[in-house]
Amino acid sequence: MTKNVLAVDDSTSIRQMVCVTLTSAGYTVVEAADGCDGLEQANERVFDLVLTDLNMPRMDGLGLVRALRELPAYRQVPILMLTTESSDEMKSQGRAAGATGWMVKPFDPLKLIEVVRKVIG
Amino acid sequence: MSIDMRQFHQVFFDEAAEHLGQIESLLVSIDLRRPDDEDLNAVFRAAHSIKGSAGTFGFSDMADITHVMENLLDAVRKGERALTADMVDACLAADDILRAQLAGHRQECQVDPAPAAAIIERLTRLLPAAPVGQAPAVAASADPLPVRESRGLQADVFDVRFVPEPAVAAQPTLQDNLLDELGRIGGVEIVYRPPPEADDARWWLKITTLMPADTLQGILDFMAAPGTVEISATDGGAPAGEETAYGFFDPLPDLPAAPVSVPAPQAPPREPAGEAKPAAGADTSIRIGVDKVDQMINLVGELVITQAMLLQSSQGLDPVLHERLLASLGQLQRNTRDLQASVMSVRMLPVSMVFSRFPRLVHDLSRKLGKQVELKTLGEHTELDKGLVERLADPLTHLIRNSLDHGIELPEARVAAGKAPSGLITLSASQQGGSIVVEVGDDGAGLDRARILAKARERGLPAPDSLSDEAVWALIFEPGFSTAEIVTEVSGRGVGMDVVRRSIHALGGRIDVKSIAGVGTRFTVRLPLTLAILDGLSVRVGSETYILPLGHVTESLQVSPDMIHSLSGEPRLIRLRGRYLPVVALHREFGVADGGTDWCAGIMVVVEVDGVQMALFVDELLGQHQVVIKSLETHFRRVKGFSGATILGDGRVAMILDLQALVAGARRLQSVAA
Repeated sequence: MTKNVLAVDDSTSIRQMVCVTLTSAGYTVVEAADGCDGLEQANERVFDLVLTDLNMPRMDGLGLVRALRELPAYRQVPILMLTTESSDEMKSQGRAAGATGWMVKPFDPLKLIEVVRKVIG
Repeated sequence: MSIDMRQFHQVFFDEAAEHLGQIESLLVSIDLRRPDDEDLNAVFRAAHSIKGSAGTFGFSDMADITHVMENLLDAVRKGERALTADMVDACLAADDILRAQLAGHRQECQVDPAPAAAIIERLTRLLPAAPVGQAPAVAASADPLPVRESRGLQADVFDVRFVPEPAVAAQPTLQDNLLDELGRIGGVEIVYRPPPEADDARWWLKITTLMPADTLQGILDFMAAPGTVEISATDGGAPAGEETAYGFFDPLPDLPAAPVSVPAPQAPPREPAGEAKPAAGADTSIRIGVDKVDQMINLVGELVITQAMLLQSSQGLDPVLHERLLASLGQLQRNTRDLQASVMSVRMLPVSMVFSRFPRLVHDLSRKLGKQVELKTLGEHTELDKGLVERLADPLTHLIRNSLDHGIELPEARVAAGKAPSGLITLSASQQGGSIVVEVGDDGAGLDRARILAKARERGLPAPDSLSDEAVWALIFEPGFSTAEIVTEVSGRGVGMDVVRRSIHALGGRIDVKSIAGVGTRFTVRLPLTLAILDGLSVRVGSETYILPLGHVTESLQVSPDMIHSLSGEPRLIRLRGRYLPVVALHREFGVADGGTDWCAGIMVVVEVDGVQMALFVDELLGQHQVVIKSLETHFRRVKGFSGATILGDGRVAMILDLQALVAGARRLQSVAA
């Protein structure tokens, strides 16, 4: 069965890149333009992995991670933060919110596939 | 397998352009004393977003600039720095350079890196200075080094800025020593190295190292001027090292276990693999060539004519026998009208497309001229034909420059005149009947009657002192006319208002100016709503049918003999509710031999054009319909008194009246009557 990935980013180009990259690697990708949108999608069905940007309008990435962890279905689902910030502050905030890990933007699409494979196979 | 990143470039270009536009419009309107948090956040997010995607798609030049912008904006939004006019200007300049870079990448050509380096330096210089006066104690310890948790072997990237000791600044060899020293503890990337002659210029390095920040500080303390060293952990504008590219907070569970630990999905995926659902917030517009739209509009125009013909041919049919046919024809009429409206709306664009460029113009110009000017825009959502919107930009730019340069006074002069030091330019658009009215008003000094008259005489134009104000103001539209005593860089060399008038005329519009000394000046531009379709009232004059633009018609009535007034023995005016209106008898105007001549037998159609009312004498009102305007110039030649022609339902051609031209004739009559 193909794995489902939710890609949350307010940048259309990044979202499209993530979507095309992971689709080409055999995953099914659903896009969301911000945290609110992402949460809505997550409520509709359970994804195998959530990739989220941090800085977004309406609801930011950390807010989305916290909100997802509140949902029983998402307690164990891996959530990766795709972010341009790799500061320790971000990492500790991300960990506290309940994220599984982080990946620094900009990244090579192949690296993304590699990381996603590590997480959900 | 490889992913071709170029497939995402177009999306990135559009997205970045949108963000840059957003940054510009937000910054231009920002209130320096009380910047809105939401606005600051939005600007920050836009810069941040560009940085992220620019880095991803390999446009590192754009990522570099937005990186510094982001740092600056972040400091401002966190309250660590007070927003200054210099910051706004620098960010706007950066916005321009980013646009240039974007344009370069779009065309796949090289962009001069010099302005980018300069703006990075300028933005960087703004960063450490100017702490907020009464900033809270927390903010005073700006950029504290983040508490570092114990980690494994993971390199961090530090942003290091410092001003070298004068001795170091003067000796390149010492600088090289410093770089060598730093190179021993990690990778050193020089983001900005000031030229040797620059005083107190700040260096900016990116250092990737396993060492803690203290070690860096220790090395730099020897070489940097005391108190100038700033070190902050960063993600880096450049791709981070392999070690920091990603990470997990906890060891991942064994893979096979992972799916099991996930609770059973409530809703299994319905979509087949590879078919992603579009995001709710994603862009759902398509781009389409204007020629395709125009072809559609033409075809719909033909359809409207065909439909009108059908309707006309069905008039004689027995409604009982042909009930279903007539019902269908009625349906067809409604559908055609809706189709026409929606096709036309494709070409309609909000005037905000043009208006949006002016806040920046006003901001830049007012600073250049040392004036304080606020720009207020109203009715940006008013829609206008695309062709008109595009061609409106230049004349409006000119009018606004003119208001800024000649209209609004310097702050001292304004205060002396008892006005607020800050001037106001109002730019408004509204739909009034069949036309769009765009006004550019200022609360400046107003036009100078004496100077215009003097200038006109100098130019050899007839300018008696008895001229009405209106006629004097109209002189500024004469070719080569400028009252500016000093030719300014801003408004140019007096080629201007005549060009503005000519371009407005070319759009089928008119421009008028009103001015009161000391109070202000207002330019009013009237444009047709669209160039293709007109709501018309068809009237009969003898055996001819004419179309009047419905937007100008205010009423129609039958007159009684006592309402008719004569001038020099000929009936020329009607008196309507205490006002005299000049009458244009269309049969005489256009030489229609079989037209009725008895005013009491026919109909008077009262029209209003440019504030002037007049009555048109016709034989009969025929009806009201949307007509497709066929240009006379294209199909025949320009005919005075007519703005175009249309094809009627029965296939005959009817002329569309040019009311502006008729009014010009009627104006003379009215001034006689007054």
